[in-house]
Amino acid sequence: MSVTLLIEQLLNGVQLGTMLFLMASGLTLVFGVMGLINLAHGSFYMVGAYATATVTASTGSFLLGLGAGIAAAALVGALVELLVIRRLYHRPHLDQVLATFALILIFSEGTRWLFGSSPLRLSPPSWLTGFVTLPGDTRYPIYRLMLIGVGITISIALYVLISKTRLGMRIRAGESDREMIGALGVNISKLYTVVFALGAGLAGLAGALVGALQSVQVGMGEPVLILAFVVIVIGGIGSIKGALLGALLVGIVDTLGRVYLPIFFQAFMPPSEATGVGSALAAMLIYILMAVILAFKPKGLFSAHV
Amino acid sequence: MKQITRLGIGLLLSSSLATAHADEVKIGMITTLSGGGSHLGVDVRDGFMLALEQSGRDDVEVLIQDDANRPDLARSLSNEFMQRDKVDILTGIIWSNLAMAVVPSVVRQGTFYLSPNAGPSDLAGRMCHENYFNVAYQNDNLHGAMGAYMREQGYERPIIMAPNYPAGTDALAGFKHLYEGDVVGELYTQIGQTDYAAEIAQIRNSDADSLFFFLPGGMGISFMKQWESSGVEMPIFGAAFSFDEILIKAVGSAAIGARNTSLWAYDLDNEANNRFVAGFQAAYDRMPTLYAAQGYDTANLILSALETAHPDDKDAFREALRAADFDSVRGEFRFGTNQHPIQDIYVREVVEGDDGEPTNRLMGIAIEDIQDVYAEQCQM
Repeated sequence: MSVTLLIEQLLNGVQLGTMLFLMASGLTLVFGVMGLINLAHGSFYMVGAYATATVTASTGSFLLGLGAGIAAAALVGALVELLVIRRLYHRPHLDQVLATFALILIFSEGTRWLFGSSPLRLSPPSWLTGFVTLPGDTRYPIYRLMLIGVGITISIALYVLISKTRLGMRIRAGESDREMIGALGVNISKLYTVVFALGAGLAGLAGALVGALQSVQVGMGEPVLILAFVVIVIGGIGSIKGALLGALLVGIVDTLGRVYLPIFFQAFMPPSEATGVGSALAAMLIYILMAVILAFKPKGLFSAHV
Repeated sequence: MKQITRLGIGLLLSSSLATAHADEVKIGMITTLSGGGSHLGVDVRDGFMLALEQSGRDDVEVLIQDDANRPDLARSLSNEFMQRDKVDILTGIIWSNLAMAVVPSVVRQGTFYLSPNAGPSDLAGRMCHENYFNVAYQNDNLHGAMGAYMREQGYERPIIMAPNYPAGTDALAGFKHLYEGDVVGELYTQIGQTDYAAEIAQIRNSDADSLFFFLPGGMGISFMKQWESSGVEMPIFGAAFSFDEILIKAVGSAAIGARNTSLWAYDLDNEANNRFVAGFQAAYDRMPTLYAAQGYDTANLILSALETAHPDDKDAFREALRAADFDSVRGEFRFGTNQHPIQDIYVREVVEGDDGEPTNRLMGIAIEDIQDVYAEQCQM
């Protein structure tokens, strides 16, 4: 229960949170602007990771791979919007859920068909391996620090994009009144494609970055997707600010819960039972958090549609 | 392609020739060919079909179906195989939860079931059955063997980790049973967890001298990559389920140095194994995993029993299976009273191969003639 362990776990929580934010921001933008529930968002995460793994393996450059991952995910996102999603905007949410669920199956089987069912290899580049020693003799991997850095950079970039640029103005307008900005002469369908591709590209970036730490395999996007949905529900659907806060909250609560709940139960239970109960409760913790927040704020912390 | 043709012919035969030759043998294989962890099912199938091909018999017909790792689907496939196709023998299931859904009703109805992978404790103990044979291992075997090995190697403060689900808690229980000492800590992760930063920090902050973990499939890949970049220096141990040839290729250099227990190794030197490994590489152009070896042994056990009896003569065929009179690729092989293997478990180390890719190298025997502890609960 040392302070260094706590600092390290807080960093881990922030790192998990920033990666969740990359996923959740795209999801919440798409919902906020177009009112679409997109279950296939996890597939863009997978596309990003696969493209990065393939390009990194053939060129030997992780940065080139990363670029390819973002580009591939954004491109696939744009194509999916043009071919499928476009037909769903006026349909009820159930139809959207069904259609985007079908997309998950198509992407998963398509990826398996192209790349086989064995996981691909993707490792952090050599200049990002190793660790740094933080104050208090905490060793922390450079790669994870880099992930936090990327997450913060993207958050600031998104903030600038949405609050300071013309595109951002249209996105905000789209969030508050879809019909009206169409009537005002904004090319809605182009805006939708751009927003969708932006969200997909962010998911691809997250997949590529996290893929180097985890395994690049079919179906890797779905567990993250579930967490991302928890994040946007907590943060308030459609709100980028809410997604950021929700992601950090979920990341930190989940990480600290996994570490400290078993230790907490050990204070008054035999160790093997304590780890069992503690881990089981830790697995539920973020959902409990979600339930508590929704009990007091039914629309999430920052609702875009008040 | 070959097995697909064979499958095609098999399906054709089953539909058009309701009255097949009486002496022909039908085997139904339900295995995981799509979804998470499908490389296990693919290898079991390929190893099984290789043995059939090498035997040159043309009176054995294999029908193969994909269970997609879904218990409900596996169950309905087994009913189809038994009622429509009237198979003599069923085999192929990879996962213990699917085996629990399928096996008890299959064997009760008089069909033989030979497990090429899953070995849940219930089927070895109180729910054992005379028509159920496990040709792979009981789930605890590899973990227990690693416990015995680490004790013998003088590791005194291991920390152990597994996902919080039945096979995970069984794995740690099996380890502790043969380690016969206290462990520094037990960590339970979530099933399907992808980020292990929190666990790694806890391991670093414990005073453990070694780590034993059971994280099958993608969980193991994620963990080992993160472990390498964390800079923690501690020897790691596990069961072969996290270190098969396909997984360690995806992990890369992070796997090097890890020791794992397996019932088989490709560099195990015996005649049957040399023939198997050479044949497998020639046929499929990749290194076999332990799952392929288990599939191969399952098929050879069936073939050996068919030499003495046809499955229609249930008692004679069962006796022939019990004799286990075949050349196993893992060396000595015999059945205990609960029809689960009594076998040697080996230790392998992951090393850098000649091509620079990680590969397993046989180190020696972890424990000889291991038998599961559930055999005494089995009343047949």
